Amino acid sequence: MSLVDNSTSISFLIDGEEIPFVKGQSILQAALAAGKYIPHLCYHPEFKPNGSCKLCTVKINGRPGASCITQAEAGLSVESDTPEINDKRRTLLQMLLVEGNHFCPSCEKSGNCMLQALAYDLGVMSPHFPQIFPVRLVDASHSDILLDFNRCILCEICVRASDEVDHKNVFAFSGRGITKHLIVNAESGRLADTDFLATDKAAQVCPVGVILPKRMGFTIPIGRRKFDERPISEQMEKVADAAGIAIRESSP
Amino acid sequence: MSFDLETAKLSDKLRRVAIEPVSRVEGHGKVTILLDDDDKVHQVRLHIVEFRGFEKFIQGRPYWEVPVMVQRLCGICPVSHHLAASKALDIIVGATQLTPTAEKVRRLMHYGQILQSHALHFFHLSSPDLLFGFESEVGKRNIVGVAAAYPDIAKKGVLLRKFGQEVIRITAGKRVHGTGSIPGGVNKSLSREDRDFLLKDAYQMVSWSREAVHLIKQLHQQNPALYDIFGSFRSNMMSIVAPDGGLDFYHGALRARDADGKIMFDQVDYQGYAQLLSEGVKPWSYMKFPFITALGEENGWYKVGPLARVQNCNHIPTPLADAERNELVAYGKGAPLHATLAYHWARMIEMLFAAETIKDLLHDEDLMGDDLVVSGEHQREGVGVIEAPRGTLIHHYRVGDDDLVTMANLIVSTTHNNQAMNTAVREVAKRYLDGKKLTEGLLNHIEVAIRAFDPCLSCATHALGKMPLEVTLQDADGNLLDRLAKVSHGDD
Repeated sequence: MSLVDNSTSISFLIDGEEIPFVKGQSILQAALAAGKYIPHLCYHPEFKPNGSCKLCTVKINGRPGASCITQAEAGLSVESDTPEINDKRRTLLQMLLVEGNHFCPSCEKSGNCMLQALAYDLGVMSPHFPQIFPVRLVDASHSDILLDFNRCILCEICVRASDEVDHKNVFAFSGRGITKHLIVNAESGRLADTDFLATDKAAQVCPVGVILPKRMGFTIPIGRRKFDERPISEQMEKVADAAGIAIRESSP
Repeated sequence: MSFDLETAKLSDKLRRVAIEPVSRVEGHGKVTILLDDDDKVHQVRLHIVEFRGFEKFIQGRPYWEVPVMVQRLCGICPVSHHLAASKALDIIVGATQLTPTAEKVRRLMHYGQILQSHALHFFHLSSPDLLFGFESEVGKRNIVGVAAAYPDIAKKGVLLRKFGQEVIRITAGKRVHGTGSIPGGVNKSLSREDRDFLLKDAYQMVSWSREAVHLIKQLHQQNPALYDIFGSFRSNMMSIVAPDGGLDFYHGALRARDADGKIMFDQVDYQGYAQLLSEGVKPWSYMKFPFITALGEENGWYKVGPLARVQNCNHIPTPLADAERNELVAYGKGAPLHATLAYHWARMIEMLFAAETIKDLLHDEDLMGDDLVVSGEHQREGVGVIEAPRGTLIHHYRVGDDDLVTMANLIVSTTHNNQAMNTAVREVAKRYLDGKKLTEGLLNHIEVAIRAFDPCLSCATHALGKMPLEVTLQDADGNLLDRLAKVSHGDD
């Protein structure tokens, strides 16, 4: 027996496919729940969405909008996996890739990184834009956690996790526009001078390689990393798991 | 100080010929030759533009990234850098004794690397010169020409290399730039399927490697007038050897012999390499000139790589390679071989040793164990040394209290051979070019001498078969007299 009462179920269309939803769900939440992948980076199922990365942009009844912050409504017609929208997503990824210092060949998050996985999945073949090579620092002051700001994509997930779950408010953003960057809430600016712990939620949610446990790296062999076997769009369960501690736990 | 033919007097009165870049070697390098109006050679230099930025940009990075990052130095033998860095970091993480599984998986990875690199060098890069002749038709003097004239040799060369690459893929995760070795051990062992997959071809590889030794030995013995004399020079030799003096590419202690074969030092712990070796600097090359400090720059330079290793050790621990080594040693009639072309003979003996070692390792159940990593009391400094395909490779790191690298020093194999390669090309220039009108074939003699060392001229830059080559001949007034060019798509 179905748990959903079809007579009262409500749905909308994504790329012509019927997507059921419950009231209060965003288009992205409903899509992911139905197994329909929409690319995204700053969305995390445990935190309130903030619509900052724009990767989940879709056309809703012909108008572009971020699917993570747009409520699902019955009868909506949503376009997502179209050449036009994917082209825009590729451009967004290319901008993210040149705005930071993303050196995948020596990054231990390679194969487990959502930015890299999305770039592969959407066919980003080159950075396209000139590399900015921003001067960003590594904060190795903490005894257990390394911060490599070079790889930050400003998704704000760690900020939200530290605030909403850990209630520590360790991370924040500073600056505006192209100078916007992640900072540590301490007078010294050093992670060691906060009450941050490796067991904090914020230590486990980074979708890229900024917040990493120290003294371990490359412990998962090539072939067994999250996105080695299948592209990110075909691994809904791993997308929901959002990278981070799950990888560590599964390491030998 | 300056060596014979290194720096000419009154160089502004001489004309300059440049071989740039040197072809059928890994990376980019050039040779400059200064000649007078009678075509007499006054100066020969092998210049290498080696990118050494790695030592700088490793600084400030977390130490556990280093084995993966630093291997990007090279696309041909990244495993050497991957493992040398891992060995240095084993010291840093206090892993004084790896688990049997970790050590054997790393050994398998490294011997796979030696096999593929030596096969690539002999069959793809050097066999065209050796099989067709140094002055043979340039359009056919390449691996495609070898495949047309000697299809069986070319096929075995390609498959030997492929097998080595498969060993690397299975142990490191990828054929090029894998991640298998980590500080304190490895991140994977072999599955039984992996082991069986390799084992089914391992005996064939031993057989083909043995045929390769016989091929080069035959070439050497058929034409001793060329092979014994071409680019020959006396020098010291250095490598690591096992505690019993046997050949070991993965681990050992430093040993050096002088040109007569007398041991100068032995079983020196490489953690103290800095007290043993120094690096000289010359204004005309970006690459340093290492030497044994106690002997000074003039007398302390040495050869590394196959010819040094095979003669520096007491024996080879596998039977077929050891028998071949005995023949090479006997050929020297009690004195070390210093013939530059004997590098090829020694290299193929090493390839046979690698193939036999891989075959033996694949029968070891430890390869499939699951005890992969150890650690102990962390240290702040570590040195890792390995015998890479081209010779002794030294990685040295210091790490701060915050786990970030504060210092990195790498002495790569080709750097050790810098003076040796320069001496070889000067010997060849004196014997074959002096007083002659330059031809492509004559200039190829210079490249043949360089190729014998299998140098990795610019780690990580490879444009095999696509390198443009232009040689210009100018008179003392700078007027163009002669020009030979090879365009970028490989045509003459």
